[in-house]
Amino acid sequence: MKRFLARRFTYAIITLFVLSLLVFFGGQVLPGNVGRAILGPFADQQAVDALNHRLGVDRPLLVQYGSWLGRFLHGDMGESLVYRSPVALVVKAALGQSLKLAAVAFAVVVPLSILGGIVAALNVNRPVDRIITLGGLSVTVLPEFVTGIVLILIFGVWLRWLPVSAAWPDGAGPLTQLYYLILPAMPLVLGLFAYIARMARAGTLDALDSDYTRTAVLKGLPWRKVIWRHVLRNALLPTITVIATQTAFLIGGLLVTEKLFGYQGVGLLIFSAAQSKDFPMLQAGVLVTGIALVVATMVADLLYALLNPRIRLGAE
Amino acid sequence: MAEPALHLDRLSVAYRSGGRDRAVLRDVSLQIAPGEAYGLVGESGCGKSTVALAVVRYLPRNGKITGGAVMLDGTDVMRLGPEALRHLRAGTVSMVYQDPSKALNPSLKVGCQLGEVFEVMGVPSAEREMRSLEMLQKVRIADPGSVMMRYPHQLSGGMQQRVTIAMALASDPKMLILDEPTTGLDATVEAEALDLISDLRRELGTSILFISHNLAVVAKMSDRVGVLYAGMLVEEGLTREILSSPRHPYTVSLLRCLPRGGQRKDQRRLDNIPGFLPAPGALISGCPFAERCAIADDRCRAEVPELREDCGRLVRCHYPDRAVNIPRSTPSDLVNLKSSWGAAPVLRVSNLSKTYGQGSHAIRAVAGVSLSLLPGETLGLVGESGSGKTTLARMLLGLVPPDPGGAIELDGRPLAASLDRRRDEEVKAVQIVFQNPDSALNRSHSVSRIIGRALRKLGGYRGADLTGRLNALVAAVRLTPRHLSLRPRQLSGGLKQRVAIARSFAGDPRVLVCDEPTSALDVSVQAAILNLLADLQVERNVSYLFISHDLGVVRYLSDRIAVLYLGRIMEMGPSESVFEGPNHPYTEALLSAVPQLDGAQNTRIRLSGEIPSAANPPKGCVFHNRCPRKLGAICETLEPPQNEVQPGHVIRCHIRTEDLQRLQRRGMLSPVS
Repeated sequence: MKRFLARRFTYAIITLFVLSLLVFFGGQVLPGNVGRAILGPFADQQAVDALNHRLGVDRPLLVQYGSWLGRFLHGDMGESLVYRSPVALVVKAALGQSLKLAAVAFAVVVPLSILGGIVAALNVNRPVDRIITLGGLSVTVLPEFVTGIVLILIFGVWLRWLPVSAAWPDGAGPLTQLYYLILPAMPLVLGLFAYIARMARAGTLDALDSDYTRTAVLKGLPWRKVIWRHVLRNALLPTITVIATQTAFLIGGLLVTEKLFGYQGVGLLIFSAAQSKDFPMLQAGVLVTGIALVVATMVADLLYALLNPRIRLGAE
Repeated sequence: MAEPALHLDRLSVAYRSGGRDRAVLRDVSLQIAPGEAYGLVGESGCGKSTVALAVVRYLPRNGKITGGAVMLDGTDVMRLGPEALRHLRAGTVSMVYQDPSKALNPSLKVGCQLGEVFEVMGVPSAEREMRSLEMLQKVRIADPGSVMMRYPHQLSGGMQQRVTIAMALASDPKMLILDEPTTGLDATVEAEALDLISDLRRELGTSILFISHNLAVVAKMSDRVGVLYAGMLVEEGLTREILSSPRHPYTVSLLRCLPRGGQRKDQRRLDNIPGFLPAPGALISGCPFAERCAIADDRCRAEVPELREDCGRLVRCHYPDRAVNIPRSTPSDLVNLKSSWGAAPVLRVSNLSKTYGQGSHAIRAVAGVSLSLLPGETLGLVGESGSGKTTLARMLLGLVPPDPGGAIELDGRPLAASLDRRRDEEVKAVQIVFQNPDSALNRSHSVSRIIGRALRKLGGYRGADLTGRLNALVAAVRLTPRHLSLRPRQLSGGLKQRVAIARSFAGDPRVLVCDEPTSALDVSVQAAILNLLADLQVERNVSYLFISHDLGVVRYLSDRIAVLYLGRIMEMGPSESVFEGPNHPYTEALLSAVPQLDGAQNTRIRLSGEIPSAANPPKGCVFHNRCPRKLGAICETLEPPQNEVQPGHVIRCHIRTEDLQRLQRRGMLSPVS
């Protein structure tokens, strides 16, 4: 188990290192001169050079990378070229926002989809199964901006149950914030439901067909205990991994939803940073998303290992 | 007569596939008396397991009982409601299956899984642990306390099977169903499991339905035996009578497929059964075996024979009197063997070792193995799982690099350790046939493409030359041209193995490694493959390194035999000499573990403990901690010398040859299985 952890951790570090390389040098490939971008097309070339020198972008790339990474590790993500304020503060705020939205979506979709998957598997090929699998799939194929708009129209405009914007008033308490987040979270829930439910359904079906389930049934165990003790524990292991990989999507990939509901999350932040060539912001945003992904994957592996004795105790 | 423990009354089961019901069991009737052990034999696909699943009403989703009744201890199983069925499963009937590693839940501790049986019986939770410990002791588990705390994957296969047996017997059932309980276990482990089951049966008086494809195992375990063919019972009677003087042509043919009584390839070819089992759901208008029966006539094809009383047993045949003299389906002509004594060895291996991992995790899979292979000779390689058989084979093929210090020579020239560095000629010269042709053949290629590709790559044939060679090779492995366009999934297991053999012969190999080539096949098919291998060897003067756990098969095909234990050769010598003894104590134990077809009980040498880990082999003689004939301290400290007990027959043991001979005087042991 220790070796397993050490290996996973090493992989995570390597992944993040490669990502930092990609982010940094990818940024360099984008056309444009930083000083010129800041000072505008009519600025004096000398001023541009001086600014570039002050920002350190005229140094060799490797040196720049080294100092950028070094500062990043100390929490200094540089200064936004657009806002002229520390990137870290902006990213932190956006990350907080994104995590809130992700948490709400997560809290709804995970139990719902796992339950859906299990119910479908226990009623395989019956109408309930068809409704869950086909219904879930049909909603998933709709893009978020479609489901989002429909949901806004129904709940926000027509029924007037929920606010159409995610931007809660300043100083709002957690409950109010939650109230504002329900509608933005809905398209995410609908998008992920079918995927997770499918995994849960497949895992449950596998476990139901397994020899150990047969052993349990033929022992004379009541059906409910067979399901609880023998089926679900093994059935949901693969699903955990799938759920974790979706976390990254929930944190960094919510551009459409955030745009639609006017929500200042990481997705929107990266998007606008890229548009305005705000490199420090862009790099920080992507790297932070990457870290979130790596951490989520690691947590998933860890959970998987903890729940699976064959990994926890090592095969002999 | 007392109420039978199990009574099948004209039971018919069908599986629904392709939109129609396909009959798998047809009017099967049998009774098992209280305390009786009944063996059900037959080849794969004949419906054995379906019987077991129907009894406990656990047929797959597409299966249904189309007629008849199952009475367990007087209760009609089909009429039970869910709750009553659960009670029946909890108390009256238990089941042990093949592959215990799958039958146990991987994420629950053994203690929890065993405790559930008592939970279902309503035993208060305080007592469950004690009862579980008792049960584990009953199945001879030495440290039940620690086993209870472990997960299934932390136990060996033999231990896992003991746990499932304990689980099955914990409720003290009237009826115990054993479905291939020892298939896949090593010979010594199998023997122990079988001993355990017979002991417990005597102790508990449980009725047993024992299902197996292995006739010798059934002979050992059952009072009466039923032979199932195409879902029909074709012969039933006392085990000894059925196996010694069968009356149904199918039983007769099946028994002839086995190499028995020490039969060897140079004495007589094995008989086999031509043709195939009728597919499930096939329309059977006459005798189900008529298509493959040498004495079938028009009546057999038109009229289904009744199961009739004949010579004290039941036989489903119109002409049971003729079955005994049924002509062989393959000529028994002797295989002409060229003696290659004195010839230069084609392959020589000296001091070959393989260590996996390093430091404290180092596992020495093969340790200092030296052997040689003469042209046209078969060297049988036996040993339990983990003995290093497969690693040795992989090193010969160049798939695994050996540790420095060892050498492989082909025709007297050193052979590179790695496949990449072997010349084309050398690659062609050493080929392999795998155990499982399913995974060894590319599913999306046709037979002609599979063999043709090997001929192009290994033989370098092109164009018309290639076609000619292809046809010759296909004929040599007794396939017909119509097989060429088929894909592996359209072929039966035996045919697939023929394709694999054809492929391995494409480059005219000098040495062929056969890694359990018949283990996945039915006996009738196994016989055909063994005949084929013997014929090809004579035709092409190829040498075989034949790996198998089946000693009867090894004896049939091998000229010499090497016994491997923990990566070391403990004994090597001419086949007959090894089977006659004196033997290394380990070989002695292996030989005594083989069940006999006549049900005779040979004195079993029980091995204590399990194969030690190769990471930490015992000092001195590696077998000393399990050896029933251990001398004393010398075995624990000193590696034993190689004693030559007869010319070419060496044993690695401290015990003097004369002493071994005296200890092991046990008459002719004739393993068959």
